[in-house]
Amino acid sequence: MKLIVNGVEQQVTAKTMAELVTEMGYEDVPVATARNQTVVAKRNRETTDIQEGDRIEILIPMQGG
Amino acid sequence: MADALTLYGTTLQSRLMLGTAQYPSPAILAEAIKISKAEIVTVSLRRETTGGTGGREFWTMIKELGVHVLPNTAGCHTAKEAILTAELARDVFDTDWIKLEVIGHADTLQPDVFGLVDGARELTAQGFKVFPYTTDDIVVAEKLLAVGCEVLMPWGAPIGSGKGLNNRFALKAMRAHFPRVPLVVDAGIGVPSHAAEAMELGYDAILLNTAVAKAGDPVQMAKGFALGLEAGRLAYLAGAMEPRDMAVPSTPVLGLAFSEI
Repeated sequence: MKLIVNGVEQQVTAKTMAELVTEMGYEDVPVATARNQTVVAKRNRETTDIQEGDRIEILIPMQGG
Repeated sequence: MADALTLYGTTLQSRLMLGTAQYPSPAILAEAIKISKAEIVTVSLRRETTGGTGGREFWTMIKELGVHVLPNTAGCHTAKEAILTAELARDVFDTDWIKLEVIGHADTLQPDVFGLVDGARELTAQGFKVFPYTTDDIVVAEKLLAVGCEVLMPWGAPIGSGKGLNNRFALKAMRAHFPRVPLVVDAGIGVPSHAAEAMELGYDAILLNTAVAKAGDPVQMAKGFALGLEAGRLAYLAGAMEPRDMAVPSTPVLGLAFSEI
């Protein structure tokens, strides 16, 4: 299915947010996730289904002022 | 603990809060944090750039330093964006601290104080401990306190400008008006004397980033700031003399030789 992940269209096989995080290569770094501008907490990723056309954000810790 | 600083129940020995952006390298950032003795560092959440691993290395390094992390909402221009960013930050950083920035002007990066108060109200209701990046406006400060903020962070000058304390009068008035609220000068500090000046006014802490990160030698500058803050704090605690308009000799006049001539 096609999703928009961090602003870029992606073809993925993941069906849940947890699977998507792994598929996108973030299994070794803490990430924050949002689906259609709603936060998906860590504890809810395995039970949060993703659907065609979803806009997903996967964010990682970065330098900040 | 002598002269410790307490923010939202967390006791700190250092009064310097250091930003982590724009350093020449992660190693220099780590050394700057260590030598500054900062116990709080600010961080952000961003999309990972294509092929980049900087964010991952950065987070590993910060964890190893064992400092308190203060996530920010930098770049947010509405309360809604800032609230969403704060919620994301809490989930990934496992902290309810948030440096709340709601930017109102693209050139000055001046806070949108209306959005700031709205955001602080909602985040406080959600259990966040809000560190609001605000102006030196006392009316706004009162509203931030009313919605639950226990720390105020007025700007010294626009973010990244290095101009120092643009409105010393307003900052002094703010200190006098809120004698028991922890006040942190956030933004605009350029050199250690600016930080010392704020501490001499009785400010509780300083948050800065660019002044260290963009120094010719960030590690040396970080040490300079640590010393500057300490000097300013000691001066505040000691109590400064009253300035006078006329000269007053410091050496005794009595007993001066040739005084009869």
